[in-house]
Amino acid sequence: MKLATQLAQVGINREEKTGAISTPIYQTSTFCHPALGQSTGFDYSRSGNPTRQALEDSICALEKGQRGLAFASGMAAIAAVMSLFKPGDHLLVSDDTYGGTYRLFTTLGAKNGLNFTFFDFTNLDYLPNLITPSTRAIFVETPTNPLMKIIDLEKLVNNAHQYGLLVIVDNTFFTPYLQQPLDYGADLVLHSATKYIGGHNDVVAGLLVTAREDLGEQLAFIQNAVGAIPGPHDCWLLLRGLKTLAVRLEWSQHSALHLAEFLERHPAVKKVNYPGLPHHPGHDLCKKQARGFGAMLSFEVETKEMAAQILERVKIISFAESLGGVESLITYPETQTHAAIPLNVRRKLGINDCLLRLSVGLEDPADLEDDLNQALEFNR
Amino acid sequence: MGKGTKLIHSGSEIDQATGAVSTPIYQSVIFAQKDVDTPGQWEYTRSGNPTRAALEETIATLEGGKYGFAFASGMAAISAAFLLFSAGDHILVSRDVYGGTFRLAHRLLPRFGFDIDFVDTTDLNQVKSLIRPQTRAIFLETPSNPLIKITDFRAIAALAKEHGIITMTDNTFMTPYLQRPLETGIDIVIHSATKYLGGHSDCLAGLVITDNRELAQEIRFLQNGLGAVLGPQDCWLILRGIKTLKVRLEQQQTTAGLLAEWLQTRPEITEVYYPGLRTHVGRELHFSQAEGAGAMLSFRLQNDEQARLFCNRLRLPVIGSSLGAVESIVSIPAIMSHASLSEKMRQELNLNRSLVRLSVGLEDYEDLQADIIQALED
Repeated sequence: MKLATQLAQVGINREEKTGAISTPIYQTSTFCHPALGQSTGFDYSRSGNPTRQALEDSICALEKGQRGLAFASGMAAIAAVMSLFKPGDHLLVSDDTYGGTYRLFTTLGAKNGLNFTFFDFTNLDYLPNLITPSTRAIFVETPTNPLMKIIDLEKLVNNAHQYGLLVIVDNTFFTPYLQQPLDYGADLVLHSATKYIGGHNDVVAGLLVTAREDLGEQLAFIQNAVGAIPGPHDCWLLLRGLKTLAVRLEWSQHSALHLAEFLERHPAVKKVNYPGLPHHPGHDLCKKQARGFGAMLSFEVETKEMAAQILERVKIISFAESLGGVESLITYPETQTHAAIPLNVRRKLGINDCLLRLSVGLEDPADLEDDLNQALEFNR
Repeated sequence: MGKGTKLIHSGSEIDQATGAVSTPIYQSVIFAQKDVDTPGQWEYTRSGNPTRAALEETIATLEGGKYGFAFASGMAAISAAFLLFSAGDHILVSRDVYGGTFRLAHRLLPRFGFDIDFVDTTDLNQVKSLIRPQTRAIFLETPSNPLIKITDFRAIAALAKEHGIITMTDNTFMTPYLQRPLETGIDIVIHSATKYLGGHSDCLAGLVITDNRELAQEIRFLQNGLGAVLGPQDCWLILRGIKTLKVRLEQQQTTAGLLAEWLQTRPEITEVYYPGLRTHVGRELHFSQAEGAGAMLSFRLQNDEQARLFCNRLRLPVIGSSLGAVESIVSIPAIMSHASLSEKMRQELNLNRSLVRLSVGLEDYEDLQADIIQALED
């Protein structure tokens, strides 16, 4: 069955006693027991809820994993993954990663005795030098946020597994519709489901899929013990979002390429980071390991003032801190998504005050181009 | 602004106070007044609710009208539209309409003293011959359900204007993304928003749109007086559905076109009804008033039993009495959506149990094709 078909029919359970096409919303905290020592399989909604389970099973099937788990936010999912490790453990993390992840690792993670090394995984030659006896895992995003660098998943996994390291991939930007990291041997995939999976800028949630049953069990224990779960209603909204994921992403990515080409031609734009552009350093690799180039791009203008003007002038595109929704959003990583990363680190990575990140939505591409065009008119 | 952009940015403006990108759900019955002398913009949710207003403004903009009204279901919307008229009024209703509309017009409205005639609206002379001094309204669907017949909006609207008759159309099959009847002179547009506008088989809703101020005042009176309003949560779900209308419908229409062409080549199928087919009699007329053929099609198998077996063998489309959703839905209208039609009417329309209606969803074309092949050949 094709992914588009799988997505359109997500959550449909033909065995349901009523035949309801839409997954029921089990807005219940607890479940009656048939008798002492017996359970229907559901006891208490923190431990398990039928609506949440429909979502967890769906993402698990889409990512081709062993177990799916839902969390209250993308950060709650990442925090659960972090809880797999113990004091003294060492993790390698992509240097160009979402600011919230960086903040979690360097504050709460460090406080609990975890050690982190941030590294540019686009070049794996130096990787063996970073691995110590206490290294346990590699955490990457590909494409990276916000610079859209592409990491070779197959090579990364082969390297990591030689040293017995877990490979954890944040697949938020591409979703299983475009990229299935478990196919390349990754051990864990996670999502901020707030983004493309929900897709409508109206739900905050996180998802995890494991390739191994033992990891699934450990994470389910953490999910239940810590309790950072999404409510049934939010789970249902995510299922609803999944049903249109293929058409949303196809459309948005088509528009993203159009806008990337437009921005590249624009004299006020210094640089465009989009893997769909043929000269992007990760273009061929992205083509090989993903089914598309996604709908996220970033670009650099000449001055900080120009960036500020664009943010102020856009009309159709909203100046807001998120991505992956039907509405196009523009973000300023310098003070928004990546503010938690220290200035010197940001500069070293190439995240500067002239960089803007664009999440392309479902509006007509011509309208988006016009909007950017008028926002990019400078008096020089 | 392109019509695709309008679907994302219209009516449901960003909440000024907080900047929230998603329209707030005002799950509130009442809105407090500052003092007894100063009523606010909002009073009581039956009369008006900010979330509902966002939906009503959105659909009005999309249909190119000034006024939109949201109802608890498509039938609640159609009922309200009919109740614009009174005992003794004569109303012409398209013969080939949704069974629920037929039931309302045939069994309920006569109790209120309405005089109803069913007419083939694709035949202008037949419509003309039935008009009399008491005729106040014409209600039609195009493409019709389930036989996909095409009625000429402009011709009907012109004829009606000559006689001071109000025209109403059900635009559920096409949605404003493909067809905007107000632009062709029709007075009132109605939707079962349960279908393409909501789009996910999870919310019942109805909408009425007009550009005429007097009619709008009457509809507002009926909406508030009868109280068949749509709840705030459901209004929000319909708004959420509208945001993906373009991408859903474009994809579904492409798949429907491919399926219709292909079904014509199958020996098991005796006839395919789809306005995008070159052989469809109403094709030219349809494309003079719509921007696409949509994603609804009907087809005939050789006999009733074959149609029954075919539906039961399908694995991907669900069997159900609805349409316009992300999942494909198959039905036999004669015993499902159109079971309310009189036997005589079904015979006249040749609407028998060999006719299958398919609402094409977002599944992959090749998967749907393979499923249909196994159901035909089993």
